[in-house]
Amino acid sequence: MSILIHKDTRVICQGFTGKNGTFHSEQAIAYGTQMVGGVTPGKGGTEHLGLPVFDTVADAVEATGADASVIYVPAPFVMDSIMEAVGAGIQMIVCVTEGVPTLDMLKCKIACDNAGVVLIGPNCPGVITPDECKIGIMPGHIHKKGHVGIVSRSGTLTYEAVKQTTDAGFGQSTCVGIGGDPIPGSNFIDILALFEEDSETEAIVMIGEIGGTAEEEAAAFIKKHVTKPVVSYIAGATAPPGKRMGHAGAIISGGKGTADEKFKALEAAGVKVTRNLAEIGEALKEATGW
Amino acid sequence: MNLHEYQGKTLFSEYGLPVSTGVACDTKEEVLAAAKQIGGDAWVIKAQVHAGGRGKAGGVKLVKTEAEISEFCNRHIGSRLVTYQTDANGQPVSKILIEACVGIASELYLGAVIDRSTRRIVFMASTEGGVEIEKVAQETPKKILKAAIDPLVGPQPNQARQMAFKLGLDPAQIKQFTQIFLGLAKLFEDKDVSLIEVNPLVITEDGNLLCLDAKVVIDSNAMYRHADLSAMRDPSQEDEREAIAAKWDLNYVALDGNIGCMVNGAGLAMGTMDTVKLYGGAPANFLDVGGGATKERVAEAFKLILSDSNVNAVFVNIFGGIVRCDMIAEGIIGAVEEVGVEVPVVVRLEGTNADKGAEILGQSDLNIIAGSSLADAAKRVVAAAGGGS
Repeated sequence: MSILIHKDTRVICQGFTGKNGTFHSEQAIAYGTQMVGGVTPGKGGTEHLGLPVFDTVADAVEATGADASVIYVPAPFVMDSIMEAVGAGIQMIVCVTEGVPTLDMLKCKIACDNAGVVLIGPNCPGVITPDECKIGIMPGHIHKKGHVGIVSRSGTLTYEAVKQTTDAGFGQSTCVGIGGDPIPGSNFIDILALFEEDSETEAIVMIGEIGGTAEEEAAAFIKKHVTKPVVSYIAGATAPPGKRMGHAGAIISGGKGTADEKFKALEAAGVKVTRNLAEIGEALKEATGW
Repeated sequence: MNLHEYQGKTLFSEYGLPVSTGVACDTKEEVLAAAKQIGGDAWVIKAQVHAGGRGKAGGVKLVKTEAEISEFCNRHIGSRLVTYQTDANGQPVSKILIEACVGIASELYLGAVIDRSTRRIVFMASTEGGVEIEKVAQETPKKILKAAIDPLVGPQPNQARQMAFKLGLDPAQIKQFTQIFLGLAKLFEDKDVSLIEVNPLVITEDGNLLCLDAKVVIDSNAMYRHADLSAMRDPSQEDEREAIAAKWDLNYVALDGNIGCMVNGAGLAMGTMDTVKLYGGAPANFLDVGGGATKERVAEAFKLILSDSNVNAVFVNIFGGIVRCDMIAEGIIGAVEEVGVEVPVVVRLEGTNADKGAEILGQSDLNIIAGSSLADAAKRVVAAAGGGS
């Protein structure tokens, strides 16, 4: 198995006929993803990339039996697109679009939770189960089917981890870019829980960043619930403290959020931490004994 | 996007929050005239910069005479104010806010942010104000009163009352506090705020609540739906190179090292800086060319890096996803042709069209050092910059 998506996942694209939707749908089709259609209001009944275009997500779901949707619409329309997908019964939404207002995401997150819909993103590279299904903008060819689950807040850092696990010969079960926004649809804990249950996944790489307390919360979860070896890297250890306004940010995080705090929390949870981005593959060898 | 105090207070007024009578001025003459207009025999004058800690840095003063006003204006208007929340260069002062002086009995803290862990707008209040508030939060988080706003039902008066009782306010003040709380919450939602802070929220000598300061940060992602707030932008408060970068949709932060970095993706950009440091180098900047980089933007990014005279080697680290490495290569060549480059450039291309990109750079006659992996490239650039520990 894998997590979230697999070879039978039927995917539609919202923002299908736009520049990004077109380019990445082409790539997904070439990779072997079961793209079954797309949605662009007003273009229903036409064809694009050899697939049917629908006016609404509901039409697309009814005609194609799609269970996943990938969203490439511009940021001002993301909330509307997510809500349309939720209303149409889509089970998994990947939102690639960056620049979505945070207050929109607060609302979307609740709507998705209430409907039992998994939302990945926004501002993320997407999800890939190598050789089966690619939903998002990651370069497919760097992946290799295997046993490492990868979860990351950063797009290009995910690729870096993927490359190192591919080069080391381990390959990946599923890679999930949860996105770098303050309110992601899914967080580290959501994905770690899935990897822990997944029979295909034998080890986990978690890539974090400074800011927020998602890594600290993930560390607490790992300590309690994750039995598989976990390797982690946190970006931003050398980032200087930014100019800031006021105290509220520091108060809410209670002094947490620095790379050091995160490394410490993860180490205390038994995670194999590497402070060298170039040595994720090596750390994985040490953690697993492979 | 940050707002100035006077802009924040304009919003506060619109939402029915109590603020002092005040005037934002550009010149000394305007400040003196405003003092007469406000009346009384004492005023508070405040340098307007996008940073906290102004009081301790001398940017806020209680004045009683024209001479004191003139002296403050002469010192601050057109100069830069350095506080513990700014960098060493400080922030330029071009506006002065003059306000009626009020007698203060005690000070409270009230702020709100979006809390990532609970995914709610969370209000925080405390009887501890000032810098101490951060220490309190770290050491005794329970002393900070918190109220999370339910996104479906919105802020409720009971939440404000609960805070107010614990803050020890009297019945009249509890009513005022509730109005302030609800007003701030409405402002937060209406204007796509990401941080709002009233520090201090004071109890005046006559027992009324008053918002003595206003810090408001707007979610930059939401600016498209707030034309009124866009007009409040003050580019003078932004680093010049960072402002140029923003124009080209580049994410740039100047640092004090000598290795210029051009990377795609914020995470990889931070990771690249970490790696450079790990191998003994010092990054001159953080620069994320973003996912939708074009040839022109890459060229602008390269020019921006080279505009820093401290840079004596450049590290290009690109992991192509949306960004194609061949396009990056063309952008680098374009920039080098336009501005010339005398420092060594180490390039590591990976991902989409990496081979094609390497080929394009190889065929050019530029002095480019290819890095075979992240570690290899990092070591090479540190050596090229003439350093490494």
